[in-house]
Amino acid sequence: MNWNWLNRNTDQILTWLVQHIWLAAVPTVLGLLLALPLGAIAFRYRWSYTVLITLAGLLYTIPSLALFVVLPGLLGTRILDPINVVIALTLYTLALLVRVVADALDSVSPLVRQSAVAMGYRPLRSLITVQLPLAIPVIGAGLRVAAVSNVSLVSVAALLGIPQLGQLFTTGFQLNFFTPIIAGIVLCLLVAAVFDGLIQLAVRFSTPWERAVKRR
Amino acid sequence: MTGALSWLTDPANWTGSAGIPTRLWQHLWYALLSLGIAIVIALPLGALIGHTGKGTGLVSGLANALRALPTLGLLIMLALWGLNTLPGSIALLGPTIAVLVILAIPPILSNTYAGIAAVDPDTRDAAKGMGMTGGQVLVRVELPVALPLIISGVRSAYLQVVATATIAAVVSLGGFGRYVIDGLAQQNYPMMVGGALLVALLAIIGDRLLALVAHFAVSPGITGRSVKARATTADLVVRRPGAAEVQDGGGAPDRDGVESAMARAGQIADRTGPL
Repeated sequence: MNWNWLNRNTDQILTWLVQHIWLAAVPTVLGLLLALPLGAIAFRYRWSYTVLITLAGLLYTIPSLALFVVLPGLLGTRILDPINVVIALTLYTLALLVRVVADALDSVSPLVRQSAVAMGYRPLRSLITVQLPLAIPVIGAGLRVAAVSNVSLVSVAALLGIPQLGQLFTTGFQLNFFTPIIAGIVLCLLVAAVFDGLIQLAVRFSTPWERAVKRR
Repeated sequence: MTGALSWLTDPANWTGSAGIPTRLWQHLWYALLSLGIAIVIALPLGALIGHTGKGTGLVSGLANALRALPTLGLLIMLALWGLNTLPGSIALLGPTIAVLVILAIPPILSNTYAGIAAVDPDTRDAAKGMGMTGGQVLVRVELPVALPLIISGVRSAYLQVVATATIAAVVSLGGFGRYVIDGLAQQNYPMMVGGALLVALLAIIGDRLLALVAHFAVSPGITGRSVKARATTADLVVRRPGAAEVQDGGGAPDRDGVESAMARAGQIADRTGPL
Protein backbone atom coordinates (compact mmCIF):
# COMPACT_ATOMS: atom_id res chain seq x y z
CA MET A 1 0.00 0.00 0.00
CA ASN A 2 1.25 3.45 -0.93
CA TRP A 3 -0.15 5.68 1.84
CA ASN A 4 1.31 8.81 0.25
CA TRP A 5 -0.79 8.34 -2.84
CA LEU A 6 -3.88 7.87 -0.70
CA ASN A 7 -3.07 11.02 1.29
CA ARG A 8 -2.59 13.06 -1.84
CA ASN A 9 -5.87 11.85 -3.33
CA THR A 10 -8.09 11.85 -0.24
CA ASP A 11 -10.37 14.60 -1.55
CA GLN A 12 -10.93 12.85 -4.86
CA ILE A 13 -11.57 9.51 -3.16
CA LEU A 14 -14.05 11.08 -0.74
CA THR A 15 -15.96 12.67 -3.63
CA TRP A 16 -16.12 9.28 -5.35
CA LEU A 17 -17.19 7.62 -2.08
CA VAL A 18 -20.09 10.05 -1.58
CA GLN A 19 -21.14 9.62 -5.20
CA HIS A 20 -20.94 5.85 -4.85
CA ILE A 21 -23.10 5.80 -1.71
CA TRP A 22 -25.61 8.03 -3.46
CA LEU A 23 -25.74 5.90 -6.63
CA ALA A 24 -26.25 2.70 -4.61
CA ALA A 25 -28.69 4.06 -2.00
CA VAL A 26 -31.18 5.86 -4.24
CA PRO A 27 -31.99 2.81 -6.43
CA THR A 28 -32.31 0.60 -3.34
CA VAL A 29 -34.92 2.92 -1.80
CA LEU A 30 -36.74 3.57 -5.10
CA GLY A 31 -36.76 -0.16 -5.93
CA LEU A 32 -38.26 -0.96 -2.52
CA LEU A 33 -40.95 1.71 -2.86
CA LEU A 34 -41.96 0.36 -6.27
CA ALA A 35 -41.72 -3.28 -5.21
CA LEU A 36 -44.14 -2.93 -2.27
CA PRO A 37 -47.29 -2.21 -4.33
CA LEU A 38 -46.25 -4.52 -7.18
CA GLY A 39 -45.39 -7.33 -4.77
CA ALA A 40 -48.75 -6.83 -3.05
CA ILE A 41 -50.49 -7.13 -6.42
CA ALA A 42 -48.49 -10.27 -7.25
CA PHE A 43 -49.48 -11.72 -3.86
CA ARG A 44 -53.16 -10.79 -4.22
CA TYR A 45 -53.73 -11.99 -7.79
CA ARG A 46 -52.20 -15.35 -8.69
CA TRP A 47 -52.13 -14.73 -12.45
CA SER A 48 -50.12 -11.54 -12.00
CA TYR A 49 -47.60 -13.41 -9.82
CA THR A 50 -46.51 -15.59 -12.73
CA VAL A 51 -46.42 -12.65 -15.15
CA LEU A 52 -44.49 -10.35 -12.81
CA ILE A 53 -42.02 -13.01 -11.68
CA THR A 54 -41.30 -14.05 -15.28
CA LEU A 55 -40.71 -10.43 -16.30
CA ALA A 56 -38.51 -9.87 -13.26
CA GLY A 57 -36.50 -12.99 -14.04
CA LEU A 58 -35.98 -11.88 -17.62
CA LEU A 59 -34.84 -8.43 -16.52
CA TYR A 60 -32.47 -10.01 -14.06
CA THR A 61 -30.71 -11.98 -16.80
CA ILE A 62 -29.56 -8.79 -18.56
CA PRO A 63 -25.97 -7.99 -17.56
CA SER A 64 -25.55 -4.61 -15.89
CA LEU A 65 -23.00 -3.24 -18.35
CA ALA A 66 -25.40 -4.06 -21.20
CA LEU A 67 -28.26 -2.29 -19.45
CA PHE A 68 -26.11 0.77 -18.66
CA VAL A 69 -25.29 1.01 -22.37
CA VAL A 70 -28.74 0.28 -23.81
CA LEU A 71 -30.78 2.51 -21.48
CA PRO A 72 -29.57 5.86 -22.88
CA GLY A 73 -30.76 4.76 -26.33
CA LEU A 74 -34.19 3.87 -24.95
CA LEU A 75 -34.58 6.91 -22.70
CA GLY A 76 -32.79 9.53 -24.78
CA THR A 77 -30.37 10.33 -21.95
CA ARG A 78 -26.66 10.95 -22.39
CA ILE A 79 -24.47 7.86 -21.96
CA LEU A 80 -22.46 9.50 -19.16
CA ASP A 81 -25.56 10.56 -17.26
CA PRO A 82 -25.60 8.88 -13.80
CA ILE A 83 -29.39 8.66 -14.13
CA ASN A 84 -28.87 5.58 -16.34
CA VAL A 85 -27.16 3.82 -13.46
CA VAL A 86 -29.91 4.85 -11.05
CA ILE A 87 -32.62 3.56 -13.39
CA ALA A 88 -30.80 0.30 -14.19
CA LEU A 89 -30.17 -0.50 -10.52
CA THR A 90 -33.72 0.50 -9.57
CA LEU A 91 -34.97 -2.02 -12.13
CA TYR A 92 -32.72 -4.77 -10.73
CA THR A 93 -33.78 -3.98 -7.16
CA LEU A 94 -37.42 -3.99 -8.22
CA ALA A 95 -36.98 -7.29 -10.08
CA LEU A 96 -35.48 -8.91 -6.99
CA LEU A 97 -37.87 -7.44 -4.44
CA VAL A 98 -41.20 -8.01 -6.23
CA ARG A 99 -40.82 -11.71 -5.65
CA VAL A 100 -39.50 -11.24 -2.12
CA VAL A 101 -42.44 -8.99 -1.15
CA ALA A 102 -44.98 -11.38 -2.66
CA ASP A 103 -43.40 -14.39 -0.91
CA ALA A 104 -43.06 -12.44 2.34
CA LEU A 105 -46.77 -11.52 2.35
CA ASP A 106 -47.55 -15.13 1.55
CA SER A 107 -45.51 -16.30 4.54
CA VAL A 108 -47.80 -14.44 6.97
CA SER A 109 -49.97 -16.98 8.75
CA PRO A 110 -53.49 -17.30 7.30
CA LEU A 111 -54.79 -17.32 10.88
CA VAL A 112 -53.47 -13.79 11.37
CA ARG A 113 -55.10 -12.73 8.10
CA GLN A 114 -58.41 -14.24 9.19
CA SER A 115 -58.18 -12.55 12.60
CA ALA A 116 -57.80 -9.20 10.88
CA VAL A 117 -60.85 -9.91 8.73
CA ALA A 118 -62.81 -10.99 11.82
CA MET A 119 -61.89 -7.71 13.53
CA GLY A 120 -63.47 -5.87 10.63
CA TYR A 121 -60.31 -4.88 8.76
CA ARG A 122 -60.84 -4.14 5.10
CA PRO A 123 -58.40 -5.95 2.76
CA LEU A 124 -56.25 -2.86 2.10
CA ARG A 125 -56.04 -1.90 5.77
CA SER A 126 -55.24 -5.46 6.74
CA LEU A 127 -52.52 -5.53 4.09
CA ILE A 128 -50.90 -2.30 5.24
CA THR A 129 -51.31 -2.47 9.00
CA VAL A 130 -51.20 -6.22 9.65
CA GLN A 131 -49.61 -8.27 6.87
CA LEU A 132 -46.94 -5.83 5.75
CA PRO A 133 -45.43 -5.28 9.22
CA LEU A 134 -45.34 -9.04 9.79
CA ALA A 135 -43.58 -9.48 6.44
CA ILE A 136 -40.82 -7.01 7.35
CA PRO A 137 -38.18 -9.60 8.40
CA VAL A 138 -38.40 -11.42 5.06
CA ILE A 139 -38.52 -8.21 3.01
CA GLY A 140 -35.55 -6.98 5.04
CA ALA A 141 -33.57 -10.11 4.16
CA GLY A 142 -34.24 -9.48 0.46
CA LEU A 143 -33.45 -5.79 0.78
CA ARG A 144 -30.07 -6.57 2.34
CA VAL A 145 -29.19 -8.69 -0.70
CA ALA A 146 -30.34 -5.97 -3.09
CA ALA A 147 -28.47 -3.20 -1.27
CA VAL A 148 -25.23 -5.13 -1.05
CA SER A 149 -25.25 -6.15 -4.70
CA ASN A 150 -26.12 -2.59 -5.75
CA VAL A 151 -22.95 -1.36 -4.06
CA SER A 152 -20.94 -3.85 -6.10
CA LEU A 153 -22.83 -3.13 -9.34
CA VAL A 154 -22.34 0.64 -9.17
CA SER A 155 -18.61 0.17 -9.62
CA VAL A 156 -19.17 -1.46 -13.04
CA ALA A 157 -20.40 1.93 -14.29
CA ALA A 158 -16.82 3.18 -13.96
CA LEU A 159 -16.19 1.53 -17.34
CA LEU A 160 -18.43 4.17 -18.86
CA GLY A 161 -16.61 6.92 -16.96
CA ILE A 162 -19.29 7.69 -14.38
CA PRO A 163 -17.46 8.98 -11.30
CA GLN A 164 -17.62 6.72 -8.21
CA LEU A 165 -15.36 4.25 -6.38
CA GLY A 166 -15.07 2.09 -9.50
CA GLN A 167 -12.82 4.82 -10.90
CA LEU A 168 -10.18 3.64 -8.43
CA PHE A 169 -10.13 0.28 -10.26
CA THR A 170 -9.74 1.73 -13.74
CA THR A 171 -7.18 4.26 -12.46
CA GLY A 172 -5.17 1.49 -10.82
CA PHE A 173 -5.23 -0.55 -14.02
CA GLN A 174 -4.06 2.35 -16.16
CA LEU A 175 -1.26 3.23 -13.72
CA ASN A 176 -0.31 -0.43 -13.11
CA PHE A 177 -0.68 0.38 -9.43
CA PHE A 178 -2.35 -1.74 -6.74
CA THR A 179 -3.01 0.91 -4.07
CA PRO A 180 -6.14 2.47 -5.63
CA ILE A 181 -7.56 -0.96 -6.46
CA ILE A 182 -7.18 -2.24 -2.92
CA ALA A 183 -8.54 1.03 -1.49
CA GLY A 184 -11.53 0.76 -3.83
CA ILE A 185 -12.29 -2.83 -2.84
CA VAL A 186 -12.00 -2.05 0.88
CA LEU A 187 -14.23 1.04 0.58
CA CYS A 188 -16.83 -0.89 -1.44
CA LEU A 189 -16.90 -3.64 1.17
CA LEU A 190 -17.24 -1.01 3.93
CA VAL A 191 -20.15 0.73 2.20
CA ALA A 192 -21.84 -2.64 1.67
CA ALA A 193 -21.33 -3.57 5.33
CA VAL A 194 -22.78 -0.24 6.49
CA PHE A 195 -25.85 -0.63 4.25
CA ASP A 196 -26.30 -4.18 5.48
CA GLY A 197 -26.03 -3.09 9.12
CA LEU A 198 -28.42 -0.16 8.67
CA ILE A 199 -31.10 -2.39 7.12
CA GLN A 200 -30.68 -4.95 9.90
CA LEU A 201 -31.10 -2.18 12.49
CA ALA A 202 -34.16 -0.81 10.70
CA VAL A 203 -35.73 -4.27 10.64
CA ARG A 204 -34.96 -4.73 14.33
CA PHE A 205 -36.54 -1.43 15.35
CA SER A 206 -39.62 -1.85 13.20
CA THR A 207 -40.38 -5.34 14.51
CA PRO A 208 -40.19 -5.09 18.33
CA TRP A 209 -42.53 -8.09 18.67
CA GLU A 210 -39.88 -10.41 17.23
CA ARG A 211 -37.68 -9.83 20.27
CA ALA A 212 -40.61 -9.97 22.68
CA VAL A 213 -41.54 -13.42 21.43
CA LYS A 214 -37.96 -14.70 21.60
CA ARG A 215 -37.47 -13.47 25.17
CA ARG A 216 -40.47 -15.34 26.49
CA MET B 1 -31.27 1.75 -31.47
CA THR B 2 -31.72 1.68 -35.24
CA GLY B 3 -27.97 2.27 -35.53
CA ALA B 4 -27.37 -0.82 -33.39
CA LEU B 5 -29.66 -2.90 -35.59
CA SER B 6 -27.90 -1.88 -38.77
CA TRP B 7 -24.57 -2.60 -37.03
CA LEU B 8 -25.84 -6.07 -36.09
CA THR B 9 -27.06 -6.81 -39.61
CA ASP B 10 -23.98 -5.46 -41.39
CA PRO B 11 -22.27 -8.52 -42.99
CA ALA B 12 -18.86 -6.89 -42.42
CA ASN B 13 -19.34 -7.40 -38.67
CA TRP B 14 -19.92 -11.11 -39.06
CA THR B 15 -16.48 -12.08 -40.40
CA GLY B 16 -12.86 -11.89 -39.37
CA SER B 17 -11.05 -11.97 -36.04
CA ALA B 18 -13.21 -9.18 -34.59
CA GLY B 19 -16.41 -10.59 -36.10
CA ILE B 20 -19.44 -11.60 -34.10
CA PRO B 21 -18.91 -15.42 -34.48
CA THR B 22 -15.33 -15.16 -33.19
CA ARG B 23 -16.39 -12.96 -30.28
CA LEU B 24 -19.28 -15.31 -29.48
CA TRP B 25 -16.92 -18.26 -29.41
CA GLN B 26 -14.50 -16.42 -27.10
CA HIS B 27 -17.27 -15.31 -24.78
CA LEU B 28 -18.73 -18.81 -24.60
CA TRP B 29 -15.30 -20.33 -24.09
CA TYR B 30 -14.54 -18.14 -21.04
CA ALA B 31 -18.01 -18.69 -19.63
CA LEU B 32 -18.27 -22.45 -20.10
CA LEU B 33 -14.69 -23.19 -19.02
CA SER B 34 -15.14 -21.33 -15.74
CA LEU B 35 -18.62 -22.73 -15.22
CA GLY B 36 -17.26 -26.25 -15.71
CA ILE B 37 -14.43 -25.72 -13.22
CA ALA B 38 -16.85 -24.18 -10.72
CA ILE B 39 -19.23 -27.14 -10.99
CA VAL B 40 -16.40 -29.63 -10.46
CA ILE B 41 -15.42 -27.79 -7.27
CA ALA B 42 -18.77 -26.67 -5.88
CA LEU B 43 -21.03 -29.65 -6.55
CA PRO B 44 -19.14 -32.29 -4.53
CA LEU B 45 -18.38 -29.77 -1.79
CA GLY B 46 -22.01 -28.63 -1.57
CA ALA B 47 -23.19 -32.25 -1.59
CA LEU B 48 -20.82 -33.08 1.24
CA ILE B 49 -21.87 -30.06 3.32
CA GLY B 50 -25.56 -30.72 2.69
CA HIS B 51 -25.23 -34.43 3.47
CA THR B 52 -23.23 -34.04 6.66
CA GLY B 53 -24.67 -30.70 7.77
CA LYS B 54 -21.17 -29.50 8.64
CA GLY B 55 -19.79 -26.15 7.54
CA THR B 56 -23.18 -24.55 6.83
CA GLY B 57 -22.21 -21.25 8.43
CA LEU B 58 -19.10 -21.17 6.28
CA VAL B 59 -21.16 -21.41 3.07
CA SER B 60 -23.60 -18.63 3.86
CA GLY B 61 -20.81 -16.39 5.17
CA LEU B 62 -18.80 -17.00 2.02
CA ALA B 63 -21.76 -16.31 -0.26
CA ASN B 64 -22.56 -13.05 1.52
CA ALA B 65 -19.01 -11.78 1.52
CA LEU B 66 -18.63 -12.55 -2.20
CA ARG B 67 -21.83 -10.73 -3.03
CA ALA B 68 -20.39 -7.54 -1.56
CA LEU B 69 -17.04 -7.91 -3.31
CA PRO B 70 -16.91 -5.60 -6.33
CA THR B 71 -16.39 -7.81 -9.38
CA LEU B 72 -14.63 -5.15 -11.39
CA GLY B 73 -12.12 -4.51 -8.60
CA LEU B 74 -11.37 -8.21 -8.14
CA LEU B 75 -10.96 -8.73 -11.89
CA ILE B 76 -8.64 -5.76 -12.35
CA MET B 77 -6.56 -6.63 -9.32
CA LEU B 78 -5.99 -10.23 -10.41
CA ALA B 79 -5.39 -9.20 -14.04
CA LEU B 80 -2.80 -6.65 -12.97
CA TRP B 81 -1.12 -9.25 -10.80
CA GLY B 82 -1.15 -11.67 -13.74
CA LEU B 83 0.34 -9.10 -16.11
CA ASN B 84 3.18 -8.49 -13.68
CA THR B 85 3.97 -12.09 -12.81
CA LEU B 86 2.62 -14.63 -15.31
CA PRO B 87 4.15 -15.25 -18.73
CA GLY B 88 2.57 -14.95 -22.19
CA SER B 89 -1.08 -15.43 -23.03
CA ILE B 90 -1.97 -16.99 -19.68
CA ALA B 91 -1.14 -13.69 -17.95
CA LEU B 92 -4.63 -12.31 -18.62
CA LEU B 93 -6.66 -15.42 -19.31
CA GLY B 94 -5.64 -17.22 -16.11
CA PRO B 95 -6.67 -14.49 -13.66
CA THR B 96 -9.90 -13.82 -15.58
CA ILE B 97 -10.93 -17.46 -15.48
CA ALA B 98 -9.99 -17.53 -11.79
CA VAL B 99 -12.29 -14.56 -11.08
CA LEU B 100 -15.12 -16.13 -13.07
CA VAL B 101 -14.70 -19.40 -11.16
CA ILE B 102 -14.68 -17.55 -7.83
CA LEU B 103 -17.95 -15.85 -8.80
CA ALA B 104 -19.59 -19.02 -10.09
CA ILE B 105 -18.85 -21.15 -7.02
CA PRO B 106 -21.13 -19.55 -4.36
CA PRO B 107 -24.48 -19.93 -6.17
CA ILE B 108 -23.78 -23.56 -7.10
CA LEU B 109 -22.36 -24.38 -3.67
CA SER B 110 -25.14 -22.80 -1.65
CA ASN B 111 -27.93 -24.14 -3.85
CA THR B 112 -26.52 -27.67 -3.77
CA TYR B 113 -26.21 -27.57 -0.04
CA ALA B 114 -29.61 -25.92 0.45
CA GLY B 115 -31.27 -28.39 -1.91
CA ILE B 116 -29.86 -31.37 -0.07
CA ALA B 117 -30.56 -29.88 3.34
CA ALA B 118 -34.20 -29.33 2.27
CA VAL B 119 -34.77 -33.01 1.44
CA ASP B 120 -37.64 -34.29 3.56
CA PRO B 121 -36.22 -36.24 6.55
CA ASP B 122 -38.91 -38.89 5.98
CA THR B 123 -37.57 -39.44 2.48
CA ARG B 124 -34.07 -39.84 3.83
CA ASP B 125 -35.27 -42.24 6.53
CA ALA B 126 -37.17 -44.29 3.97
CA ALA B 127 -34.03 -44.59 1.86
CA LYS B 128 -32.04 -45.70 4.89
CA GLY B 129 -34.80 -48.11 5.82
CA MET B 130 -34.47 -49.68 2.40
CA GLY B 131 -30.89 -50.48 3.30
CA MET B 132 -29.10 -47.75 1.38
CA THR B 133 -25.69 -46.67 2.59
CA GLY B 134 -24.88 -42.99 3.21
CA GLY B 135 -23.33 -42.65 -0.23
CA GLN B 136 -26.28 -44.31 -1.95
CA VAL B 137 -28.73 -42.05 -0.12
CA LEU B 138 -26.75 -39.05 -1.35
CA VAL B 139 -26.43 -40.14 -4.97
CA ARG B 140 -29.77 -41.88 -5.53
CA VAL B 141 -32.09 -39.86 -3.32
CA GLU B 142 -30.72 -36.55 -2.10
CA LEU B 143 -29.07 -35.35 -5.31
CA PRO B 144 -32.04 -36.16 -7.60
CA VAL B 145 -34.44 -34.48 -5.18
CA ALA B 146 -32.14 -31.45 -4.92
CA LEU B 147 -31.61 -31.29 -8.69
CA PRO B 148 -34.07 -28.44 -9.44
CA LEU B 149 -32.34 -26.21 -6.93
CA ILE B 150 -28.87 -27.28 -8.10
CA ILE B 151 -29.71 -26.42 -11.71
CA SER B 152 -31.11 -23.08 -10.64
CA GLY B 153 -27.77 -22.48 -8.92
CA VAL B 154 -25.95 -23.34 -12.15
CA ARG B 155 -28.25 -20.92 -14.01
CA SER B 156 -27.36 -18.07 -11.65
CA ALA B 157 -23.70 -18.96 -11.98
CA TYR B 158 -24.02 -18.92 -15.78
CA LEU B 159 -25.59 -15.45 -15.73
CA GLN B 160 -22.93 -14.23 -13.37
CA VAL B 161 -20.16 -15.59 -15.55
CA VAL B 162 -21.56 -14.31 -18.86
CA ALA B 163 -22.04 -10.85 -17.36
CA THR B 164 -18.59 -10.73 -15.83
CA ALA B 165 -16.90 -12.09 -18.96
CA THR B 166 -18.20 -8.91 -20.63
CA ILE B 167 -16.27 -6.84 -18.15
CA ALA B 168 -13.17 -8.89 -18.95
CA ALA B 169 -12.81 -6.79 -22.10
CA VAL B 170 -11.40 -4.00 -19.91
CA VAL B 171 -8.31 -6.08 -19.33
CA SER B 172 -8.03 -6.53 -23.12
CA LEU B 173 -9.56 -9.98 -23.46
CA GLY B 174 -11.97 -10.93 -26.24
CA GLY B 175 -15.68 -11.67 -26.08
CA PHE B 176 -18.70 -9.45 -26.65
CA GLY B 177 -17.43 -6.99 -24.05
CA ARG B 178 -14.88 -5.85 -26.66
CA TYR B 179 -17.65 -4.16 -28.66
CA VAL B 180 -18.83 -2.25 -25.59
CA ILE B 181 -15.37 -1.14 -24.48
CA ASP B 182 -14.03 -0.42 -27.98
CA GLY B 183 -17.28 1.26 -28.95
CA LEU B 184 -16.93 3.57 -25.97
CA ALA B 185 -13.31 4.39 -26.84
CA GLN B 186 -14.19 5.08 -30.49
CA GLN B 187 -17.43 6.89 -29.66
CA ASN B 188 -19.16 4.23 -31.78
CA TYR B 189 -22.52 4.06 -30.03
CA PRO B 190 -24.20 1.59 -32.44
CA MET B 191 -21.36 -0.89 -31.85
CA MET B 192 -21.66 -0.50 -28.05
CA VAL B 193 -25.39 -1.10 -28.06
CA GLY B 194 -25.03 -3.96 -30.55
CA GLY B 195 -22.49 -5.63 -28.25
CA ALA B 196 -24.69 -5.04 -25.22
CA LEU B 197 -27.66 -6.60 -26.99
CA LEU B 198 -25.56 -9.63 -27.96
CA VAL B 199 -24.50 -10.14 -24.33
CA ALA B 200 -28.08 -9.87 -23.14
CA LEU B 201 -29.18 -12.37 -25.81
CA LEU B 202 -26.42 -14.81 -24.87
CA ALA B 203 -27.41 -14.56 -21.20
CA ILE B 204 -31.12 -15.06 -21.85
CA ILE B 205 -30.73 -17.89 -24.39
CA GLY B 206 -28.29 -19.81 -22.18
CA ASP B 207 -30.53 -19.36 -19.17
CA ARG B 208 -33.56 -20.66 -21.11
CA LEU B 209 -31.53 -23.65 -22.36
CA LEU B 210 -30.52 -24.54 -18.81
CA ALA B 211 -34.15 -24.21 -17.73
CA LEU B 212 -34.99 -26.67 -20.49
CA VAL B 213 -32.31 -29.06 -19.20
CA ALA B 214 -33.90 -28.82 -15.76
CA HIS B 215 -37.30 -29.56 -17.25
CA PHE B 216 -36.12 -32.83 -18.74
CA ALA B 217 -33.50 -33.87 -16.18
CA VAL B 218 -35.63 -33.57 -13.07
CA SER B 219 -37.61 -36.67 -12.18
CA PRO B 220 -41.36 -36.34 -12.80
CA GLY B 221 -41.90 -37.63 -9.27
CA ILE B 222 -40.36 -34.41 -7.97
CA THR B 223 -41.80 -31.78 -10.27
CA GLY B 224 -45.31 -33.17 -10.00
CA ARG B 225 -45.42 -33.34 -13.80
CA SER B 226 -47.37 -36.31 -15.16
CA VAL B 227 -47.85 -37.66 -11.67
CA LYS B 228 -51.56 -37.96 -12.29
CA ALA B 229 -50.87 -39.89 -15.47
CA ARG B 230 -48.79 -42.56 -13.81
CA ALA B 231 -48.25 -42.51 -10.11
CA THR B 232 -44.93 -44.02 -9.12
CA THR B 233 -43.77 -45.35 -5.80
CA ALA B 234 -41.57 -42.25 -5.64
CA ASP B 235 -44.70 -40.21 -5.01
CA LEU B 236 -45.25 -42.05 -1.78
CA VAL B 237 -41.81 -41.22 -0.50
CA VAL B 238 -40.73 -38.01 -2.16
CA ARG B 239 -42.54 -34.87 -1.16
CA ARG B 240 -42.03 -31.77 -3.23
CA PRO B 241 -39.16 -29.82 -1.72
CA GLY B 242 -40.78 -26.58 -0.61
CA ALA B 243 -37.72 -24.40 -0.98
CA ALA B 244 -37.25 -25.46 -4.57
CA GLU B 245 -40.73 -24.64 -5.74
CA VAL B 246 -41.76 -21.09 -6.39
CA GLN B 247 -45.45 -21.73 -6.77
CA ASP B 248 -45.47 -23.87 -3.68
CA GLY B 249 -46.83 -21.47 -1.12
CA GLY B 250 -50.05 -23.26 -0.42
CA GLY B 251 -48.93 -25.20 2.65
CA ALA B 252 -49.29 -23.95 6.19
CA PRO B 253 -47.11 -20.86 6.21
CA ASP B 254 -46.50 -20.43 9.92
CA ARG B 255 -43.13 -19.87 11.51
CA ASP B 256 -41.69 -22.41 9.07
CA GLY B 257 -43.14 -20.42 6.20
CA VAL B 258 -41.25 -17.36 7.33
CA GLU B 259 -38.06 -19.33 7.66
CA SER B 260 -38.35 -20.86 4.21
CA ALA B 261 -39.31 -17.52 2.71
CA MET B 262 -36.21 -16.07 4.34
CA ALA B 263 -34.19 -18.88 2.84
CA ARG B 264 -35.78 -18.19 -0.51
CA ALA B 265 -34.94 -14.50 -0.23
CA GLY B 266 -31.38 -15.64 0.32
CA GLN B 267 -31.52 -17.87 -2.71
CA ILE B 268 -32.82 -15.13 -4.93
CA ALA B 269 -29.72 -13.60 -3.69
CA ASP B 270 -27.89 -16.24 -5.56
CA ARG B 271 -29.80 -15.34 -8.66
CA THR B 272 -27.81 -12.15 -8.53
CA GLY B 273 -27.22 -12.22 -12.24
CA PRO B 274 -26.38 -8.76 -13.39
CA LEU B 275 -22.76 -8.14 -12.51
